[in-house]
Amino acid sequence: MVSLALEGVEARYGRKQILTDASTPEIEGGMLTALVGANAAGKSTLFRRIAGQLRGAGRVRLSGAEAGDLRYMPQDTAMSAALTVYESIILALKQGTGGWRLSPRELAAVDAVLHRFGIDHLAQRQLPELSGGQRQSVSIAQTLVTRPKLVLMDEPTSALDLYRQYEVLEALRRYAEETGAVVILALHDLNQVMRACTTTLALAEGRILATGPTLEVLTPALIRRLYGIDSRVERCSRGCPMMIVDGPAPHPPGQQVGT
Amino acid sequence: MSAVTTNSTSHALDYRAGVARRLAILLSLTGLLVLSVAVDVSLGPARYPLGDVFRTIFAPGAAELQMRVVIWDIRMPMALLAVTVGASLSLAGAQMQTILANPLASPFTLGLSAAASFGAAMAMVLGVALFPAAVELMVPLNAFAMAMAASLLIFGLSTLRGVTVETIVLLGIALVFTFNAALALMQYFASEQALAAVVFWTMGSLTKATWGKVAVTAAILLVCTPLFARRAWALTAIRLGETRAAAMGVPVRRLRLEALLLVSLLAAVPVAFVGTIGFIGIVGPHVARLLLGEDQRFFLPGAMLSGAVILSATSVLSKAILPGAVLPIGIITALVGVPFFAALILTKGRKSW
Repeated sequence: MVSLALEGVEARYGRKQILTDASTPEIEGGMLTALVGANAAGKSTLFRRIAGQLRGAGRVRLSGAEAGDLRYMPQDTAMSAALTVYESIILALKQGTGGWRLSPRELAAVDAVLHRFGIDHLAQRQLPELSGGQRQSVSIAQTLVTRPKLVLMDEPTSALDLYRQYEVLEALRRYAEETGAVVILALHDLNQVMRACTTTLALAEGRILATGPTLEVLTPALIRRLYGIDSRVERCSRGCPMMIVDGPAPHPPGQQVGT
Repeated sequence: MSAVTTNSTSHALDYRAGVARRLAILLSLTGLLVLSVAVDVSLGPARYPLGDVFRTIFAPGAAELQMRVVIWDIRMPMALLAVTVGASLSLAGAQMQTILANPLASPFTLGLSAAASFGAAMAMVLGVALFPAAVELMVPLNAFAMAMAASLLIFGLSTLRGVTVETIVLLGIALVFTFNAALALMQYFASEQALAAVVFWTMGSLTKATWGKVAVTAAILLVCTPLFARRAWALTAIRLGETRAAAMGVPVRRLRLEALLLVSLLAAVPVAFVGTIGFIGIVGPHVARLLLGEDQRFFLPGAMLSGAVILSATSVLSKAILPGAVLPIGIITALVGVPFFAALILTKGRKSW
């Protein structure tokens, strides 16, 4: 099993400090972990710091996997090269290798990931012809084709319709289960988080406020602190937890509550 | 489950078919190139029967002296220089477009040609040799030095923090205007004879081809091509966008700098030898992209081949249009190439840019 822990991780853009002393307990693989926080809380920066694209103080401790086993899917899914979807996934698979030829096993891996995310039918389409949602599905397939053990995805469902959101989250959950990978998803829909993610990391102003089981982290108090929204977390008639929004809290997001 | 398996294998089959199709296209381009070079060698102000031409090529010892000189010392270097220069400029343009994410990037639009013209004019008008040790080669050497200086300037600035791809392209355009203005100023003060020489040089011409120039350009291609080939996957990934490539583990910044250095060399040398042949660096890559897509495994050889075919065919045209005369090739590339190119883009316009 793979696990990830952060120890006092920091990151800055130029002089601007974005992440401050981000620490977490051990985040276990094999299930989905959510990263929640308001816009500009530092979610993408945290991902890029873990992915090694940014440097800074602190330690990213990964056990059960090599650093090369990490894949990060950025939020921006624009892709305009004259390539087919199939070729673009081959590209992700062959990155970092020198060989030009593809083995039957590699082609099978491409086929498998297309199938896993329900985009078989897009295989021969050109990238510029795809809709936003289709591009997002292709991005997800590109990210997972190498079967990475640590996956960081920045809003992987933001352009998908309701059915595809469910389908993709379910596929990601199964992927984590099968491979034991640590899969962290930055998500905005807290109901989605409650349904799909076992663990949640909450980030505000570059600091990690809480890490733990989703329902213990996502309390009305924390949601108010993160988003400035008054809400309740209740059980639906079938017993599943749900967040109900009551309205904006007196304090807008980003403002320190209680100071 | 069986439906899934059939479906999956059909993708792999489609992929294999696509590979075969593109290999066939590359092979056809090669055939076309051989044909064009053959026609190029057989054409010229002096008319020789085709059979004699080939006999001279394959058995030079048996041919009469005059014909041997014409074929071996004049036409063959010219025809082969068209190939190496076409391939170099097209490859340079292709990789500039790739790393700068800009369909208009080429040795011409980034100011390398303008810088080379300025360097050449310095030699022809002012008699200034940037390398005093080799005065007889001062025109190409000056041109090379200025083109290299221009690309190293761009290279140096692009290593600075916060310099984006757009900045580099804008800077290139600024260089074009600067060097053109400096060139115009020099032309204004030039003697009539020097003026004629400068104007002729800037038109671009293969007529001063020698085996030495063929060898130098070929050697540079032989050095640069494998270096690009080794980075084929990373270069293709960069076309998906910087963030996406970085997410795939491509060291975008380093790759861009390495490619820019190679491209400088690839562009500066041919430009120094043949003058301004602006069009190849843009059209060659675009033709290759339309035919083969942007997978560098095919795009890289494809861009070189299409550039070589285009310049070789242009060389044929430059002799065929006015029998007995060889028109400057830089003029033909633009006159014939532009309408062809426009038609190609408008009829088969993919939305890749």
